Amino acid sequence: MTAPTATTELKPPALSQGWLGWARENLFAGPLNTLLTILTVWLLLATVPAFIDWALLKAVWSAPTASVCREAAGGACWAFVYEKHRLILFGLYPFEEHWRPMLVVVIFLAMIGLSCLRRFWTPWLALYWIVALTAVGILMWGGVLGLTYVENERWGGLPLTLILSVFGIAFAFPLSILLALGRRSNMPAIKALCVIYIELIRGVPLISLLFMASVMLPLFLPTGVNFDKLLRAQIAIILFAAAYLAEVVRGGLQALPKGQYEAADALGLSYWQKTGLIILPQALKLVIPPLVNTFIGIFKDTSLVVIIGLFDLLNSLKASLVDPAWPGFSAEGYIAVSLIYFALCYFMSKYSQALEARLATGHKR
Amino acid sequence: MKEIRIAAMVAAALAVSAPAFAGATLDAVKQRGFVTCGVSTGVAGFSNPDSAGKWTGIDVDNCRAIAAALFGDAEKVKLVPTTAQQRFTALQSGEVDVLTRNTTQTLQRDTALGFNAAGVNFYDGQGFMVPKKLGVKSAKELAGATVCVQPGTTTELNLADYFRANRMEFKPVVIEKLDEVIAAFFSGRCDVFTTDASQLASVRATRTQNPDDYVILPELISKEPLGPVVRHGDDQWFDVVKWSLIAMIEAEELGITSKNVDEMAKSTNPNIQRFLGVTPGMGKALGVDEKWAYNIVKQVGNYGESFERNLGKSTPIKLERGKNALWTDGGLMYALPIR
Repeated sequence: MTAPTATTELKPPALSQGWLGWARENLFAGPLNTLLTILTVWLLLATVPAFIDWALLKAVWSAPTASVCREAAGGACWAFVYEKHRLILFGLYPFEEHWRPMLVVVIFLAMIGLSCLRRFWTPWLALYWIVALTAVGILMWGGVLGLTYVENERWGGLPLTLILSVFGIAFAFPLSILLALGRRSNMPAIKALCVIYIELIRGVPLISLLFMASVMLPLFLPTGVNFDKLLRAQIAIILFAAAYLAEVVRGGLQALPKGQYEAADALGLSYWQKTGLIILPQALKLVIPPLVNTFIGIFKDTSLVVIIGLFDLLNSLKASLVDPAWPGFSAEGYIAVSLIYFALCYFMSKYSQALEARLATGHKR
Repeated sequence: MKEIRIAAMVAAALAVSAPAFAGATLDAVKQRGFVTCGVSTGVAGFSNPDSAGKWTGIDVDNCRAIAAALFGDAEKVKLVPTTAQQRFTALQSGEVDVLTRNTTQTLQRDTALGFNAAGVNFYDGQGFMVPKKLGVKSAKELAGATVCVQPGTTTELNLADYFRANRMEFKPVVIEKLDEVIAAFFSGRCDVFTTDASQLASVRATRTQNPDDYVILPELISKEPLGPVVRHGDDQWFDVVKWSLIAMIEAEELGITSKNVDEMAKSTNPNIQRFLGVTPGMGKALGVDEKWAYNIVKQVGNYGESFERNLGKSTPIKLERGKNALWTDGGLMYALPIR
């Protein structure tokens, strides 16, 4: 029998090592932790298998009619989404012309992807966008190059959502920078104007702005004079988004040390040189997270055009739900559409994180 | 010089706005070449887009009938989806020529909002649906019942009024979303579900496995006459809208369908001859082509056909004609004489 000597290596207690140790550390560290873990596991067990069962295992993926689908399915009936996907994606756009909004979606996604790559951050990018948006306009409206004319009352679905949010953000962002600068201006008139604008617009919900634009405005105009419903909604979204973004940008401006302003002044830069070269690049970099936060908000807010009868992605889903031939598949429809929204929002969020990491020069904590 | 330019701009603006004012909607529509109708953003059987985005429903048929009468082509329509809130503005501002959007006609809407109701294409009313196993035969037996209802509509007010008038108690279960209120009813959270009778039928037909387990009680506690609505101020346009709908009903009374209309045109019945324009006169009086009614029936069908196609037994909605049967069959559909 050999007695253990001082040099024998003792293994650490099994409970503090490996997965067991990890679990003890992270899942069962105390009574409250243990309780929360058990509760979470119970919740997951109660919902996830049931959902998978419903959404995947017992689901029906294709069926000729609603009743066949309903009888065959113990779970979800994705045949509904397949049957209605063109209405959901493209709204009331003429059916045989659906390749046009399809192409528009591709152009938008490609351009958004392109703009995210730093390699393309040159003045040429603006030109690419002008070309792309011209192409989008030609494709959506038609009326030239042998394309039939489609009035914009019939636009709908994903292209409409993308148009409303891309234009909304693209126009609101520059406007918001001007508003933020204006609010910090020394000129009293400009400052007052910007403050009034921001507070007024921020003080009302988007839904009431849309409502004003689509219901009240036509009553003030003489009968027979109409300007386009889509344009009205787009302007309302731009005005609304600009007010919110302005405050985000102003936050960035406030965060810069005063020395930066003074240094720029000392160099003898003009106001616009100072702002464009010194202040804004730093300020905007600081506020990437809240900016993207607001962008995501705007993107989802476009679905409020439901109340003025525009068929964006969400409203075309709603229209597809009332078809008497395919009734009662709202869960499937909403899940499908929420996946599209999620994919786009998740992309925005991921990209902003990457951008932050790349631009974190000297600020990272 | 500047004043002249401003004056010219004002004049131009007035010129743009003039046509819709002066009671010349009809001229404007004719010049434009298509009818603009306000429809819903989706009400099954009345106006809803199918999978290909093509609108169907009895309100859509109503709109197409107007186009058929005016242009001899039922496809010359532009359907503008409107929400319940903006529909009246859309009509007032001239964005649409006529609302064919399951709109209830009331005195207030006729006068204060400045509209004219051009006939009724569906007689609806609020009703009650109960599970058959309750053994209830009449709404009068519903004392103490739990009632599922959607908030914020006249439905909720009518319900309270009805129970108060009959000195009965009830427990309302108020749920905002239609899908959820339906689910609540079928899962047994309430004894009664109340909404417009047409919707009750559609819900019963499509949202449950066993439609036979539920009955719709005979009482209707409100009157909801739905039909096309136009602006005040253009009587000629009003006439065209009104008589396009009447022509669909009259065609059913005369037994003229989209299938037999060509044979019927050879009929010796003077009513039919007048109706189909074989004997001219009606079209001229209305300011449209003599073949106006022929075109409506040929391209859209008579009222009965439209009803069966969109709401009737062959559709999932499976609605009875009920009050919407011809007056000769005990309903309320009564075509004014076309002569």
